[in-house]
Amino acid sequence: MGPLLMTPISDNSTAFLIASAIKVLVFFGVYLVTVAMLTLAERKVSAWIQDRHGPNRTGPGGLLQPAADGLKNFMKEELSPGAGNTILFSLAPAIAFSTAMISWAVIPFAAPVPTPWGVMSLAIADLPVGFIFTLAIASLGVFGITLAGWSSNNKYSLLGGLRSSAQMISYEIAMGMSVIPVLLLAGNVTLGTIINQQVTGGWNILNLTFAFLTFLISAFAETNRLPFDLPEAESELVAGYHTEYSSMKFSMFFIAEYANMLTASGLMATLFLGGWDIPFTAWDNGEPSVLKTVLTLVSFALKTGFFLFLYMWIRWTLPRFRYDQLMSLGWRFLLPVSLGYIVLIATTLLVLQLLGIQAGVLQTGILFVLNVIVLVLMFVVFDRGRLLSPTTSKMSAAEMLRLRSLDRAGSALVPSARPESGMGD
Amino acid sequence: MGTFYTVHFWLFSALAIVAALAMVTRRNPVAAALWLVNVMFALAALYVMLGAHFLGAAQVLVYAGAIMVVFVFVVMLLNLGENDVQERRSMGAAAASSLLGGVLAAELLYVIRSQPLNDSVLQPVDNDAMAPMANSLFTENLVAFEVTSVLLLVAVIGAVVLAKRGKVAGEART
Repeated sequence: MGPLLMTPISDNSTAFLIASAIKVLVFFGVYLVTVAMLTLAERKVSAWIQDRHGPNRTGPGGLLQPAADGLKNFMKEELSPGAGNTILFSLAPAIAFSTAMISWAVIPFAAPVPTPWGVMSLAIADLPVGFIFTLAIASLGVFGITLAGWSSNNKYSLLGGLRSSAQMISYEIAMGMSVIPVLLLAGNVTLGTIINQQVTGGWNILNLTFAFLTFLISAFAETNRLPFDLPEAESELVAGYHTEYSSMKFSMFFIAEYANMLTASGLMATLFLGGWDIPFTAWDNGEPSVLKTVLTLVSFALKTGFFLFLYMWIRWTLPRFRYDQLMSLGWRFLLPVSLGYIVLIATTLLVLQLLGIQAGVLQTGILFVLNVIVLVLMFVVFDRGRLLSPTTSKMSAAEMLRLRSLDRAGSALVPSARPESGMGD
Repeated sequence: MGTFYTVHFWLFSALAIVAALAMVTRRNPVAAALWLVNVMFALAALYVMLGAHFLGAAQVLVYAGAIMVVFVFVVMLLNLGENDVQERRSMGAAAASSLLGGVLAAELLYVIRSQPLNDSVLQPVDNDAMAPMANSLFTENLVAFEVTSVLLLVAVIGAVVLAKRGKVAGEART
């Protein structure tokens, strides 16, 4: 960003308070509508992938389908398990949804907008802890699912809840580790600094391609989306943690899933695709104006939309992982490899600093070449389809024998997972 | 420090105390654990009001988000009923824990009263939550920091050793 001629709005406390209140209210409305439209988008994308029409009866092109679904869910009979814990049973869906929404608070979704009272940053709360805040709030999301499983007093729900806590805690670590190279490059944890670094030093998807991939995988596991939707694997657990839920409470979990996707997509766009930055021009990083704010908002929405589409694309393409595959991918692959990658990037940055190479095209080029080397080594030399693609490639004879012996020993291995058949359609 | 600050200070302090009381009086272990999460949250809010943004976020991330999730996880796996907890309650345990808590509170009060707090500790840091903390950790207190991480490493290795021992015994049985 160039030098700001106007003072930030936070210097004027009354204007700051009013601006924050407006931001929260507008954001709340936009976020909820987006989440509702995402449920429609998911069905449209799945229909497109499966060569169907998808919902097209309610409103023009099916646009009012989410409203109809919401109304239907409110009208349905609400059941709650007799022997369960009623308070926690009601609280769980609310926790699941609100944590997803609160994590969004620190993500700047457009360039700062000038107002008569000063320049207003377009993140709801421009906290100095930035990304750590997102991690902290996201780590609470697991409570919603775990409590839902426990308070239902149902063994399938409990198993779903336990799976989710194990899965989300495991992948949270990999997720945090894969962001550390981003923080190393930016030199700070606020998302504003990370965007500014990408404006001058190139997008992090080029600088840190490998971290991007590990973050992407962790984000899929954190949001419980296919291929990692083990907590609600309906071929094994009826419907997992929300087996006992009905009516609007069930719908809340559905909304929470899409809210989580939206937040994760926004985060990926910010950390790796330059946030609201418009590529190939420095025009949007100069003095703030309303036009720039609108265009950068469009840029951010497109990037977020890309990740949302990727989520849906992958859901309707890949089959579910087995539980032991999920855990070994998280602990035995992602975590050690991310740790090694942190060391590699830190060393490279130190060497570049000693050589006097500043952030720019040359630095991005060097880092990108390094990433390509790491990726080729990872997929071709070290892995060879052993850990990363056991669902698609042929299993080696020795591995098959090992798994069979495990099965005979009475371990709870599930033979194979079927692709999901479309929940909620 | 205007009314806004004062109101929120009292709000979060009251929340912390009420949640702590609820936590020790609940019979259901899951409910008690969740009240403890509330205590953590109120404390995190107080840290943030003191300008310690990183400490507040770390409090939520580490205690509320990680440790308490594992607590709830274990409680659910053990599936302790209210009766099991009731059997473990006794006047002796209550008296001993009250005594220990009282001693701790007295010590803290004594330390706070005996020497005035360093004002620089209470100064909010300008919009950079990490650099002062990192500087302190990696220069002045490097040895303590490294020793703490070794301590954590020992705990992790201990867990691995325990898990391995169980596995070897299980293989011998089959």
